[in-house]
Amino acid sequence: MTWRARLTQIGVALAPIGLTLVMTMFILLLAGADPFEAYGNILSGAFESPKKIADIAVAMVPLLLCSAGMLVTFAAGLWNIGVEGQMIAGALMTTWLVESLTAPAGVILPLSVVAGLIGGALWGLLVGLIRTYGGVNEIFAGLGMNFVASALTNYLIFGPWRPPDGATMSGTDPFPPSAWMPLLGTTRASLVSILLSVIALVGVWLVLRGTYWGLKLRAIGRNIRAAQRLGVSTHRNMILAFIVCGALAGLAGSLQTTAVYRRLIPQISGGYGYLSQLVVLLSGLRAEWVPLVVFFFSAVQVGSPRLELRMQLDSSMGGILQAGIVLFFLLVRGFRERWRAPERPKEE
Amino acid sequence: MKIQLRDIYKYFGPVRANDGISLEIESGVIHGLLGENGAGKTTLMKILSGYQSADRGTILLNGRPVHFRSPADAIAAGIGMLHQDPLDVPAFSALENLALGSPGGPFLNRARARRTLETLGRRFGFSLDPDAPVSSLTVGERQQLEMVRLLALGVRVIILDEPTTGISAPQKALLFQALHQLSQEGLAVIFVSHKLEEVQELCSRVTVLRQGKVAGELRAPFATDEMVSLMFGQALGTYGRRPIPLGEIILQVENLTVRSPRLELNGVHLTVRAGEVIGLAGLEGSGQRLLMLACAGLQKPHGGRIILGGQDVTGRPYTTFLRHGVAFVPAARLEEGLVPGLTLREHFALAGDTRGFLIRWDEADARAAQMIADFNIVGQADTRVEALSGGNQQRALLALLPERLRLLILEHPTRGLDIASSRWIWHRLLERRERGTAILFTSTDLDELVEYSDRIVVFSGGKMSAPLETSRVTVEELGYLIGGRGL
Repeated sequence: MTWRARLTQIGVALAPIGLTLVMTMFILLLAGADPFEAYGNILSGAFESPKKIADIAVAMVPLLLCSAGMLVTFAAGLWNIGVEGQMIAGALMTTWLVESLTAPAGVILPLSVVAGLIGGALWGLLVGLIRTYGGVNEIFAGLGMNFVASALTNYLIFGPWRPPDGATMSGTDPFPPSAWMPLLGTTRASLVSILLSVIALVGVWLVLRGTYWGLKLRAIGRNIRAAQRLGVSTHRNMILAFIVCGALAGLAGSLQTTAVYRRLIPQISGGYGYLSQLVVLLSGLRAEWVPLVVFFFSAVQVGSPRLELRMQLDSSMGGILQAGIVLFFLLVRGFRERWRAPERPKEE
Repeated sequence: MKIQLRDIYKYFGPVRANDGISLEIESGVIHGLLGENGAGKTTLMKILSGYQSADRGTILLNGRPVHFRSPADAIAAGIGMLHQDPLDVPAFSALENLALGSPGGPFLNRARARRTLETLGRRFGFSLDPDAPVSSLTVGERQQLEMVRLLALGVRVIILDEPTTGISAPQKALLFQALHQLSQEGLAVIFVSHKLEEVQELCSRVTVLRQGKVAGELRAPFATDEMVSLMFGQALGTYGRRPIPLGEIILQVENLTVRSPRLELNGVHLTVRAGEVIGLAGLEGSGQRLLMLACAGLQKPHGGRIILGGQDVTGRPYTTFLRHGVAFVPAARLEEGLVPGLTLREHFALAGDTRGFLIRWDEADARAAQMIADFNIVGQADTRVEALSGGNQQRALLALLPERLRLLILEHPTRGLDIASSRWIWHRLLERRERGTAILFTSTDLDELVEYSDRIVVFSGGKMSAPLETSRVTVEELGYLIGGRGL
């Protein structure tokens, strides 16, 4: 039986990948493209040079940070779709700091990190307050705050933070070099960003596993009434979960400004907040699986623009791959739970 | 229809819920399934009705093997189960709940459901308001509704899991009458219970389960001694209740008014002293729960005062009540008391001292090991609470209570438990009483109320009687009071 159980396990793990490939193959064929050429292009686009691999690392940073944050809110049973807005809030806070303070890099860079954490935390706090005291579902609260954050970004770029020679969609003027995160060699990757994101994920993993706060969050997520009866303060801990998640997302936004774009751009969050929802779902809410999933998503992200260059296909094919795999993963898992352990086929 | 269960095995981790059970049930018979809590009755019936699948074993219907993948499969084969907690949609009306489960097109056939409800209701003497939301029905009425639903779907085998818990005496009489009628019409009725009298009154055959195995089969008339020895494999011990001097006043309730959407409880006065046990009697939904929730700080009163140990705590948050040493043990264990998905060890970590950052697992482990031994919980530190039987969940809930308590409020503390477990639980509760904890508890079991309370208050339609000294009241008098006479 064990070999059979193991085989089922492997099958369940691989089925979503297979199904996604079949689905995208179908779409590519409909678009009149050679699927294998397309997959090859994505792979070579992602891995052909060390520079590309560094690009993958660049894309992994915001995903790791946002996913780490989402693990916290998911543990408490909360769908914090407001991660996107919290990321933007961190970027705004950092930009405000850089715009208003002239100081050497040794001062401004650590402060920028703190500013990002605070900005995101405040935005998360707002969602948390609306959810717990306003009684508004966190999905609506978060979504609403996302729109507010991106409207605010546009206002600032076209208003107070407008470059002297006129505002454009390319954002503010570049930050002064003192506010540039140092990069590794000639790549676009920053060691500080990578370290911070790894620390965040490991930290969240430890907190959820081994701390009273993590245990309380898990209790709230699974049975809020019982948790309350056991003496867990539910409102405070839920708000705290939003704050921590927001802070990590805010840090992601902050690093996008100081380490990637070196300015504030209108789409600073780049959809990473939404993408991290998919990451967390695909990892089954388990921190151990997040790095692998983030790596896969980032590789697709870096590799798929090549489809546009070489094959005149839209690069949204990458998004279809990412979303498809999550969808099929959830489907396969759902089916598996439904048909769990039927000891033998129906006897008729 | 003849049902044969052959060598049914079902393990939940290390817990052997069903350990090779074989059983035969004939139509036209009310077949009792007797056993203490955790004996495997509910699991076996869930397997028969398609809610769970067995690890091993076969089910034969009229000699033909069947395999149910879902309750719908079982119902299609003619087997329906009434659960301990009715599984309906509370916000819907009785009619909608009935229409919801019926086969047919995409639209709810309200007219047909109404006809079904009327005909079947008349046949069994159920008076159900088709348009009342299910949340406003009593447990007994919800049970009647569920029975009508299953019969409308054409089941030939009806399984009832502890159907008499939480229903009134007239409802019980009605239920038993309906079951007799069904068996005469040729249906097979499986009556799951741990109550000897009920099985004696109702069943013509009984199978006794013990620790996941068949302990024996009996035919009516049943001898009580024989049933008890099969159920427990031993004679029962008794724990005496020592009279103790009452201490200082712990709880004062003054002119309290509490409202719920369905009921208003008002004009409640009550004084409780350290070491005193107060039984809250009455039909379910007469206001007992409102009083308990208010005294536990879980529901804000609309008027009056609650004074704990001399301090007015009216309207203060739940955490204030906790700090004053108040604890509430709900009847819905997995909904309000325990966290499904978390292990016993994690529960003990949560219920203990949660100051500090890192969980002191050694502390939680030690506590869990001690409590599992101390409270005879069948399970391990890393057993998830939903895998425990009802009785063991109740033990776990009691084990999670703080060491020192001034006021312990319990909702149906022994609901669904067998005699041995109930006595044992009361033994532990009375120990607390001797240490000065005041106890408030509800029960639908009059014997339990009379046996363990110092004083009893009776609830009827949102009114509470003056406290009665238990020494001066009999079970019969109590029955009259609960019926609303003499209040």
